[in-house]
Amino acid sequence: MGKIKALTGNTAATVGAALSRPDLIAAYPITPQSSVAEGLSDLVHDGQLDSNLVQVESEHSAMSVVQGAAAVGGRVFTATSAQGLALMYEPYFRMSTLRFPMVMALATREMTSPETIWSGQQDAISVREAGWIQFFCDSNQEVLDMIIQGYMISEHPDVLIPVNVCYDGFYSSHLIEGVDVPSQEEVDAFLPAPTFNHAVLDPRTPMALDPMTPGNILMKYRKSHLDAMEKAIDVIDEIDKKFEKQFGRSYGGCISEYCCEDADVIIVTIAGMTGAGMDAVDLARKNGIRAGLLKVRAIRPFPAKKIAAALKGKKAFAVIDRSVSFGWSEGPVHMEIKAAIADTDEKYMHMSVIGGLGGADISVDDMYDCITYLDRCKNEPGEHETRWLMKD
Amino acid sequence: MKEIRLHGRGGQGVVKASHIIVKASVANGKSGQFIPFFGVERKGSPVFGYLRVSDTPIRRKTQIYYPDILVIFDDTLIDLPSTYEGLKEGGTVIINSSKPVEELKIPKHAGQIAIVNATAIALDLLGREIPNTAMIGAIVKVTGIDYKESLFDEIEKTFGSNNKEAAERAYNEVRCIGKEC
Repeated sequence: MGKIKALTGNTAATVGAALSRPDLIAAYPITPQSSVAEGLSDLVHDGQLDSNLVQVESEHSAMSVVQGAAAVGGRVFTATSAQGLALMYEPYFRMSTLRFPMVMALATREMTSPETIWSGQQDAISVREAGWIQFFCDSNQEVLDMIIQGYMISEHPDVLIPVNVCYDGFYSSHLIEGVDVPSQEEVDAFLPAPTFNHAVLDPRTPMALDPMTPGNILMKYRKSHLDAMEKAIDVIDEIDKKFEKQFGRSYGGCISEYCCEDADVIIVTIAGMTGAGMDAVDLARKNGIRAGLLKVRAIRPFPAKKIAAALKGKKAFAVIDRSVSFGWSEGPVHMEIKAAIADTDEKYMHMSVIGGLGGADISVDDMYDCITYLDRCKNEPGEHETRWLMKD
Repeated sequence: MKEIRLHGRGGQGVVKASHIIVKASVANGKSGQFIPFFGVERKGSPVFGYLRVSDTPIRRKTQIYYPDILVIFDDTLIDLPSTYEGLKEGGTVIINSSKPVEELKIPKHAGQIAIVNATAIALDLLGREIPNTAMIGAIVKVTGIDYKESLFDEIEKTFGSNNKEAAERAYNEVRCIGKEC
């Protein structure tokens, strides 16, 4: 066991990145992520972290710089939020399709407009088709742990896909709580130095990187990328177990379940809203409602089979999204879970719940109201109207 | 779990004070959590903070709607409807004020009221109107947090001995009405 320290989500990300010994870091400050970039900069300046820190003038440059370093075999790190991610999009997509491993912390933030700097997951969710693995974390401990695990998953020879470690802006990035910080020796024993051989720039053994590629070959790359995503589901579980063995903490892999076994109704959560959901489940159980909670930890790869198995035999579920799917009048995770259960024989009552946009809170009362609604309507199968958690 | 909502103004040190309390609680094997509420950041604008301390793990990461304890850093905030909103029946109000209790519009269902002139203590000991460390002293006295020494040491480590003295003085000077502290 390490030492328990009070850390914000951003500091947990900083410490997790530093413990993973990145060769190069390039990040541009943006709210609410800024203190990750600042914290790493301090560590390098103070001589506590031996890493090349490159000052960049934008997120587009940050991702381009780390991409170059990854191409020559370096372990790299960056962090961003919202508009920064939007500006980064071009090299962001290229990073995953070049199949370079890395970890990027993403303190999720609402996308403008209307103008906002506050929490929301629209930024991360909107790029779920950009080829990255995306984890959503609930506690600051999970942020730190998933950055370390993220490198191992990303660098796994069957995977070779970059990883986003997402956590709620402000509600996690600026929340301070106790975190068990492992020692450098413990992390070194878990996470070996990277060895890449699939794309290395070395003048002695020249290779062309990313030449113009016709469609029939490009499709092979896409299929191989999708196959690697599929394999990542098992790798994520495997590394979760390996991590537990070393550090004593397990997160359950792609999904985690709370009180699901005998539940009639399930609320599905992602990231920091999960704790309030668990408190609401406890309250519902006290009041005689058989409620459970399913936390989706990875949005990419999407653990469709695991989710379908977890929901099997339940009567009703609600998926709470902190983002929207424009054109579907519902939340994106709800939409994807509908696809995950489409081929099963189950007839659920289900609904999408949208809340927590633009920094709005998702309270225990909000969660509890969703549970009681599910319980009242659990024998009316089909999709019920999307519920918006809006206050007057 | 105790849910504590803090009300202050930008520049009064609400966030720093809360971080010190969380650090000390974690160092003493308890659970502590603080979420700052960010508005548009500028000196003097009303700010909120949500602080939880508990002997067991804290799961919810939400705002606080039904506080056990309200900590008010600035008595000019009492006219904002959100300040006293949701205080639990029999809950505690800790307020930085030089005014008599009758003028503080404290809800009738409050079980305990603690008044401390933290601004005067800060001006006297620090020469600046930053009442946060004195407020920590009052919070410790009223809540009976049982790791006072390490908490006050954390204040000294972060802000120096004058601030620790401010906390000590507020700890001794805070006046409790309703229920003894």
